[in-house]
Amino acid sequence: MKKTKTLGLLRGLLWQVIGTVFGLGFVTAIRVLMRLPAWKTEPAVVVGALFGALFFLYGVGVLDDWLKWAAGEETPEHDESDWGWRRYWGPSHDHKVIGIQYLTLALILFSVGGLFALTFRTQLAGNQQFLSPIEYNTLMSLHGIVMIVGILIGISAFMNYTVPLLIGASDMAFPRLNAFSFWIAVPAGIILLSSMALGGFDTGWTGYPPLSIRAPLGMQMFFLGVSLSSFSSILSALNILATVIRLRTRGMTPFRLPIFVWAAIATSIISLTATQLIGLAFQMVMLERLLGMGFFDPIKGGNPILFEHLFWFYSHPAVYVFILPGLGVISELLPVFVRKPLYGYRWVAMSSLGIALTGFLVWGHHMFASGMAEYLREPFMYSTLLVAVPTGVKFFSWVATIWKGKISFPTPMLFVLGGIVVFLLGGLSGPPNGTISTDLLLNNTYYIVGHFHDTLFGGYVLPFFAAIYFWWPKMTGRRLNEKLGKLHFWLMGPAMIVLTLLMMRIGLLGMRRRVDGYDPALGFQPYHIVMTIAAFLIGLSVIVFFINVFLTRKRGEIATGNIWESRSPEWQVPSPMPLHNYEKELEVVGEPYDYGLPGSRYVKFVGED
Amino acid sequence: MKHFIIIAVLVIASTLAIHTGLGSIGLLPRLASAQGVSIDQLFGIYTWAIAFVFSLIIVPLFYSFVVFRRKKGETGDGVYMEGSSKLEIAWTLLPLIAVLYLAYLGAQSLSETRRVDPSAMVVKVIAEQWNWQFQYPDYLFASKSLYLPVGQQVDLQMTSLDVTHSFFVPEFRLKQDILPGRTVDLRVTPTLIGHYTVECAQLCGKNHTTMVADVYVVTNADFQAWAKQQVANAPKDPVLIGEQLASLYGCSVCHSTDGSKKVGPTWLHLYQSSVALSDGTRVTADAKYLNNSITDPNSQIVSGFSPNVMPATFAQALTLTQIQDLIAYIESLK
Repeated sequence: MKKTKTLGLLRGLLWQVIGTVFGLGFVTAIRVLMRLPAWKTEPAVVVGALFGALFFLYGVGVLDDWLKWAAGEETPEHDESDWGWRRYWGPSHDHKVIGIQYLTLALILFSVGGLFALTFRTQLAGNQQFLSPIEYNTLMSLHGIVMIVGILIGISAFMNYTVPLLIGASDMAFPRLNAFSFWIAVPAGIILLSSMALGGFDTGWTGYPPLSIRAPLGMQMFFLGVSLSSFSSILSALNILATVIRLRTRGMTPFRLPIFVWAAIATSIISLTATQLIGLAFQMVMLERLLGMGFFDPIKGGNPILFEHLFWFYSHPAVYVFILPGLGVISELLPVFVRKPLYGYRWVAMSSLGIALTGFLVWGHHMFASGMAEYLREPFMYSTLLVAVPTGVKFFSWVATIWKGKISFPTPMLFVLGGIVVFLLGGLSGPPNGTISTDLLLNNTYYIVGHFHDTLFGGYVLPFFAAIYFWWPKMTGRRLNEKLGKLHFWLMGPAMIVLTLLMMRIGLLGMRRRVDGYDPALGFQPYHIVMTIAAFLIGLSVIVFFINVFLTRKRGEIATGNIWESRSPEWQVPSPMPLHNYEKELEVVGEPYDYGLPGSRYVKFVGED
Repeated sequence: MKHFIIIAVLVIASTLAIHTGLGSIGLLPRLASAQGVSIDQLFGIYTWAIAFVFSLIIVPLFYSFVVFRRKKGETGDGVYMEGSSKLEIAWTLLPLIAVLYLAYLGAQSLSETRRVDPSAMVVKVIAEQWNWQFQYPDYLFASKSLYLPVGQQVDLQMTSLDVTHSFFVPEFRLKQDILPGRTVDLRVTPTLIGHYTVECAQLCGKNHTTMVADVYVVTNADFQAWAKQQVANAPKDPVLIGEQLASLYGCSVCHSTDGSKKVGPTWLHLYQSSVALSDGTRVTADAKYLNNSITDPNSQIVSGFSPNVMPATFAQALTLTQIQDLIAYIESLK
């Protein structure tokens, strides 16, 4: 038993193959019994992929405890055995292991999504087709969705790793559900990428019908992969909320929570309540394709606009799912590196909830040119511009936090500051998309592409790396190399700014998004060449990061203490974090960010002075 | 206090520099429509607002990096300050007022773009994978490129035969998605004579990139001359006229000519075939039957199809000759 458990991932993959074959056979058998022609590719493949995912979960062993409970068997509360490095390859219940598993998967997905982008960017630079239109569209669409799933998984990585540590808990509220949330993302990712082998799809990550109804079989793998990974988001959000509500340590009142936890709460509320809508919308298209249901087909009385509403009802708030944890990382790390309290803590905490709330009311701004009901356009314009208010509170509070600090610039701080600058560009390019009349020019152009790459790079990618550099010693007991870290930053940050500003530039001049070439007479080629070089520099910076990880794995500077002089509880114990986190119970005795207040403390261990 | 004066000066300088810089590189393509005037004005306001807010954040940020950086060998913490509710309220309320005002300006400029001229010329825009067709109902011809007389409002009545497309001419500043199964309107008043391109702006499948067509804005006299020529070039053969009518009046949205089943029966091999009706009888699809089906569609419903789907307005909409042309076209498909 123990031996097979160490091979969890391999066993899961094997069972996924078995499940897929079973699903193919299952559909064929039913068709034979119904006296239909035995083989029909689309239903067979969809059901095969679905069974493959379910069998994977069984094979990997994530259902073991639940199956035993169903059979009346007992299982130990905690898995006390130490598997060494093998624990990362199977269903661990330890939130720190799961966090690192999520992180690994996120980095793999980012690398894959980035390679897709570099591929089609090369075509745009040359303006010569070496990808066929369907290949181009498939790569472009997959770049979008793979990055989005990667971001969601990266968020789960940080929330899983840090939230229990930040609130002084020994683990998440539901450790088995936590393992399930991670492992369902693996077959979902495989199914998503399998779309490339099944004809691809040419709809972008938005998958609007009626186009997605006519798209090749790969479309179904896209819909199924996203639907399955949505379970990961929903369950992991539920787990975070339960953990924060139930497992805070003594004295940790709501306004003494580390600020990142507030961001995690806001993000989890959105994930828990909105993700269903994209799952639902995608499943409706799947059923329309499989069973001929006419939800979005005007000939059968359906309405394609309905899909856009369902899709954006999730997919706009999802943007805040992506950036709120990133902004939370910025707010969490700034005080450490400026040695000053976070300015207006309560306002920053509430602004996360404010963004989450207003984020639910603005989805229609993606549809200003869609032909939706006319009376909806102006209310959505007002609600959209309101998002600027809580976002502004964050920016002003950050500036005030930095003001009169003692600022130092180690690698995590560089990424934090880079995040603020790039997110500012993303934020300021937003309002012109938010007023309807100016959006009529900008909608579906490269301007939008530049805008959202800035928001996601500033609000997610740069803070994501800040968090990796900051918490890496906590995870491994070793520090990432500073020189390579700074090289990583100075390659990535400026290249990103150049790339996105040029995207906005050509977008304003009328360059459409999602095209695989352009009229040379428009004069866009020099811009595309510079953008492609910038994109390759970003790719290079990520390679520098991987080299850094590889080099410091064995030989990095040992960092077991509180190297950032943080007040946060996880830094009060030696790194790497012990198996069950805090051996002694923690008690919160002060404010989290009172840097500069002599004699103050945030936490102490019960029994200590 | 010294800090704040320096920062205020730098913010003003930076705002002016950014605004001048953005203005000098030319952000927008040339403007060629009356609707775009208020849009460009709003872009002008945005250029100022963005230059100012960007400076307002970036200047104190970089100023702090220089002035408040930790010098070599320095230890200890920054100045202890927790926050100020007055400041927080100020930087909540002022942006709130600013964005509400921007939204108000946006609403005003939107209503400018939607001003209706009752004497607008109607052009029907038919989008399909991956080409454009422009029909001029006043003149009864269709064209692959869009000719528009300058200074005259045109009402583009757009529909799609397959997936969602989008009408986009950057110089007109306007964009509107085109949906299957319904007609959406877009009103444009071209103001600048010239050659432009209409591009599909909503991803519509593998050849989305090449779904472009020429747009010519010409003088009224040139437009009339062009229209006259198009009419003169129009086919004389009833079959060809019928084919155009089928497209112009939307028959082909519901009736295929390749044998596939759409909302209505296909026209392929229909003529002189034996048709099963929903009341159980059979009838031969001759000219009399076809004429009856066009003018009074609910009287004979083909088995497997529903009544009250096809509009019963074609008896008024079409002349007798046009109906004969349509029948000639259907006959040609046998």
